[in-house]
Amino acid sequence: MKKVYINSIASISPQKTYDNCNFLDEITEYNDTVIFAQDPDYKQYIPPAAARRMAKGIKMGVVASKIAMDEAGIETVDAIITGTGMGCMIDSEKFVSAIIDNNEQYLTPTSFIQSTHNTVAGQIALGMECKAYNFTYVHSAISFESALLDAKMQLENNEAEHILVGGVEELGAHTTKVHRLINHIKPEPVSISEVLHSKTEGAVFSEGTNFFVVSNEKTKSCYAELVAVETFNTLQKEKVSEAIETFLKENNLKLDDIDLVVFGNNGDVDFDGYYNKLSEGIFSKTQQVFYKHLVGENNTVSAFGVWLASKILKTQTVPEIVKINKINSSEIKTVLCYNQYRGQNHSLVLLRKC
Amino acid sequence: MSELKEELKGKIIEQLNLEDVSVADIADDDALFGDGLGLDSIDALELIVMLDKDYGIRLSDPKEGRKIFESVQVMADYIEEHRTK
Repeated sequence: MKKVYINSIASISPQKTYDNCNFLDEITEYNDTVIFAQDPDYKQYIPPAAARRMAKGIKMGVVASKIAMDEAGIETVDAIITGTGMGCMIDSEKFVSAIIDNNEQYLTPTSFIQSTHNTVAGQIALGMECKAYNFTYVHSAISFESALLDAKMQLENNEAEHILVGGVEELGAHTTKVHRLINHIKPEPVSISEVLHSKTEGAVFSEGTNFFVVSNEKTKSCYAELVAVETFNTLQKEKVSEAIETFLKENNLKLDDIDLVVFGNNGDVDFDGYYNKLSEGIFSKTQQVFYKHLVGENNTVSAFGVWLASKILKTQTVPEIVKINKINSSEIKTVLCYNQYRGQNHSLVLLRKC
Repeated sequence: MSELKEELKGKIIEQLNLEDVSVADIADDDALFGDGLGLDSIDALELIVMLDKDYGIRLSDPKEGRKIFESVQVMADYIEEHRTK
């Protein structure tokens, strides 16, 4: 079986992450319940004629994919695989609203065409003129990991050499309103320094995208080796430690071999216990970082965790703003990312310095 | 008539998301498709729906659109003659 490498990365998030030369050097402070992605100059990447039908999620996905492709130094890929929990919400809301407002009459094609979950992967392929495997996984908080796992298996089996894989979410006004009604969004604004110790339920909702070129050959731009990915639809809080130890054992590792763990704490008082149990338990002697205080919560934000881990492994620096504890590893060789959303759809991504 | 033409230009810009175009940029006789504004077949469908929704004009043959959507001037003439609302 071939090894799998993350050869390039790209992120558009509520922080200024779209420039790969920076690594959280400048932090945008938020004190809100919903935060939006910071826009790069879309016109620099997408011709105006093509951009005019694209909602924000599509633009973000297309631009992030171009940034990742540029960094990898390749023109095309053998597969484009995306993950999205909610899909293209803005056009979906537009289309459904038009059906209701116009009494099922006068339906226009654009928002319908652009509203499907695989629109982003489709638009990337159109722009790249890539007729290869094109797939979108839709599975709540493990949508991105499902895409990553598919890519990893294809590369390991040498069915592909380079695969573009990413996750994307955009905020739609109506969907946000619904999530607020069911208390999935925090009842009051929370600043980024308060998220970790928040005493309220719900999360700070957000949008964004993260793309990666993963290959079975290491290039100069390589960030990390993608060692293993595992997902769990359900996992009791008491069983997470055991699941992680089994996962590590399957990869011939012990807890001590993990130099840094990336947690997905979002400040939800009802569900952060999953992380706290690990933080105070099996990983109490391990360096810990988190990121959702900076970029909020959405179904594929765990891809930002992989972006963060990749950056840390390549640069061997850990920005102060993401540190949970005071432990500092002298060299960061192996990183584990753990995420769950509302106690369901858990994921483990294991990365190694390359 | 000139009011209708201004209205049409505004609707074309808004409904077809022509971000970098203003009402002043569209001359009455500019071609909407091809070399002019560069609209395409999806835009034609959007315009057919707009005629029906805003002016009560239902095109039985979508091919008719080719002539009607030649320019803002031609569109306005057609709407003046056939509008039911």
